[in-house]
Amino acid sequence: MIKATTLSPRELKKPPITAFFGLILGLCMLLICLVYSVTLGAAEIPLGKILTSFLAFDGSYDHLVIQTVRLPRSLIAILVGSSLAVSGALMQGLTRNPLADPGILGIESGAALFVVVATFIFGSSSLNVYALAAFLGAGVIAVLVYILGSLGRGGATPLNLTVAGAALTALISSFTTGILIVSQQTLEQVRFWLAGSLSGRDFNLFLQLLPFVGIGLVVAFALGRQITTMSLGEDVAKGLGQQTAWIKIFTAISVVLLAGSSVALAGPIGFIGLVVPHIVRFYIKADYRWILPYCAVLGAILLLIADIAARVLLKPQELPVGVMTAIVGAPFFVYLAKSKVKK
Amino acid sequence: MSFDWLVIRSQAISFRIDRRVPIILLCLAVAIAVAMVMNVGRGEYPISPLDIVKTILGLDTGNPDHQFVIQSLRLPRTLVAFMVGMALAISGTIFQGLTRNPLADPGIIGINAGASLAAVTVIILFPSAPIYTLPLSAFAGALLMAILIYSLAWNNGSSPILLILMGVGLSAIASAITSLMITFGEINDVSNALVWLAGSVYGRTWEQVFSLLPWLIVFVPMALTLTRHLNALNLGDDVAKSLGSQVEWQRGLLVLVGVALAGAGVATAGNIGFIGLIAPHLGRQLVGGTHEGLIPTSALLGGVIVVMADLLGRTLFAPIEFPCGVVTAAIGAPYFLYLLIRNRKK
Repeated sequence: MIKATTLSPRELKKPPITAFFGLILGLCMLLICLVYSVTLGAAEIPLGKILTSFLAFDGSYDHLVIQTVRLPRSLIAILVGSSLAVSGALMQGLTRNPLADPGILGIESGAALFVVVATFIFGSSSLNVYALAAFLGAGVIAVLVYILGSLGRGGATPLNLTVAGAALTALISSFTTGILIVSQQTLEQVRFWLAGSLSGRDFNLFLQLLPFVGIGLVVAFALGRQITTMSLGEDVAKGLGQQTAWIKIFTAISVVLLAGSSVALAGPIGFIGLVVPHIVRFYIKADYRWILPYCAVLGAILLLIADIAARVLLKPQELPVGVMTAIVGAPFFVYLAKSKVKK
Repeated sequence: MSFDWLVIRSQAISFRIDRRVPIILLCLAVAIAVAMVMNVGRGEYPISPLDIVKTILGLDTGNPDHQFVIQSLRLPRTLVAFMVGMALAISGTIFQGLTRNPLADPGIIGINAGASLAAVTVIILFPSAPIYTLPLSAFAGALLMAILIYSLAWNNGSSPILLILMGVGLSAIASAITSLMITFGEINDVSNALVWLAGSVYGRTWEQVFSLLPWLIVFVPMALTLTRHLNALNLGDDVAKSLGSQVEWQRGLLVLVGVALAGAGVATAGNIGFIGLIAPHLGRQLVGGTHEGLIPTSALLGGVIVVMADLLGRTLFAPIEFPCGVVTAAIGAPYFLYLLIRNRKK
C-alpha cells in the first residue's frame, strides 16, 4: 500500500559536509526568524533594543516586553515546533506511515480532553495545570491509539492507525464537548487554549518543560541510525540484527515526551509534525541521523513564521496559531495521501 | 439453500432476502414501539405507558396536561431521534458497502465535519438567523464536503481508501475553522453551537419532523432500489465491472444518497456520531451482508439506538441533560475497538 522508501548505498554515504552546511544555514535562518519574531507585535520594537535589553537592561517598557513576553513566546515556539516535527518524523519512520502526526493520530484531542476535565474539576486556569494535564492526556491517548491501530487487520498500517486516530478523536472530542456544554465557565477558560496558541506563555513554563523536550530530542537523535533501518521495514531491521522491541519502546518514550511537552506548552497544534518531515525528506532522502536534526530546525522555523503570521494578519486581533497551521497543513495532507498511499 | 432465502418475484421486481429478515424487522418494530413509549413516558413529568398510547390515539386520559406534554414536547423529539437514527444508519451502511471498509462512517470520513462547520458558522456569525436556515446550511456543508472528498479521491476512478483518507484530511481543515469560530464567537452563541456540535435532539418540534420527512421519503426508497448495485460494488470494482455494472455512475449515485441522508440527519440533530458505524454491524450480525435485507434492518436499528441514547442522556444524570451524541459516542467507541479486534481474527 505504501511506496517503500528506497535507500541506495550512495545515498547513505552522502557527503555529510553538505548536510552539515545545510544545518548551519537552517540555524542562521532560525536566528533571523527569532529576531524578527521578537521585534514584531502590538508594539514594534527596534532591533537595537533587543541587544540592549540583554546587555544593559534598564527596566524600560520595551525591555520588559522583550524579556517577559516576546522572547519567552518565541523560544516556546521554537521548542514546540522542533518537538512536533521530530515526533512526527519518528512516528513516520517507525510505523512507515506517511500520514503520521500527533494531531492526526489523536494525541492532541487526548490532551485537550484532559485539560478540559482538569479545568472543570479544579476550576484552575493556570497554564501549569494545563501543561500537566495535557502531558498526561497525550501519553495515555498515544498508547491507546497505537494499541487500537495495531489490533486491526495487517497490524499498524497507515489506514488502521489513521482510522483508529480519527475514531478515538471523535469519541474524545464528544466527551470534551459534553463537558463544555455542562460548564460554560470551563468553556470560557479553555477555548483559546483549545485552538492551539502561544500567547501568554512565560519563562517558567518554558523552563519546566525544557528538560522533557531535551531528553526527548537526545533520545530521538541517538536513535537516528536505528530509525533509518526500521523505516526499511521491521523484517529487514530484524534481519540486520536490530533489537526492534527496544527501538520501539525508546521511540515511543521519545514521541510521548516530545508530543506531550509540545501540547502542554501550546495546546493542540496540528500538521507541523506531518509536513516538516516530508519537506526535509525532499532534501535528505532516508538517513534519519540527518532527517531528525533538520526536522528540529525546520519545525522551529515554520512554527515561528506561523506564529508571526497569526499575530500580524488580523492585528490587533490574534489568531490561534493552531488554526494557521491546520489551514496550511491540511491541503498538504491531502496531497500526501494522494501521492504516497496507493490503492 | 432454498430454505435460507425468501425470493420475491413479480413482473416489475425480483429480489431475494435472507429468511430471517421479516422476523427480525418485526422484532425491531416492536422494540422501536417500546423504546418510543419509554422515551415519551420518562422525564420530569412521568406518564404511564397506557396514557401515552391513549393520548397518541386521541383518546381522553382525564388529564389535559398529557395532551400538551406528549404532543408538543416529547413525541416530536422522539420521532426526530428515530428518523435521524434511520438516516444516519442507512448512510453508514452505504458508505461501508462502497468503501468496503467496515469502519467507515459519515462521521469518520468527514461529511459530518463539513455539515458542522456550516451550521456552527451560521449559529455564530448570524445568531439571529431563523431556525430553518440551519438544516439547509448543514446540508450544503455536507454536500460541498462530499463533492470535495469525492473529487480529490479520484485517481483514475474513485478509490475507496482515498475516500477515507481525504475525509480525515478535509475534516481537519473544517474542524480548525470550526475551532476558530468557537474561539472568537460570543460565549452564549458558542455554547449553543456546542450543544449542536455534540449532537442532540433537545427541543426539537414538529417543524423539524416535517423538514426531515421529505428527505427520508425521497432517499430511503432510492437507497432500497440501489441495493443491488451496492452488492455488486461491495465485491470490488473488477468483479462489479465484469458483472456489467457501470461502476462510477452507480457509485456516484450511492454517494449522493449517502450524503443526502447523512446531511439531513446532521442538519436536524447535529453531530450524532457512530450510529453509521454501529447499526450496519449489528445489522450484519442479524441478517447477513446482503444489502436488500441489511439496509432496512440497520435503519431500524439506528432508529432504536438514537431513541435509547436520547432516553439515557436525559435520565442518567438528571437534571443535567447530556446530548445523545455523547451517549452514542460512549457506546460507539468501545464497539469500534471490538470491531478492530474481530477484524484481525478473520
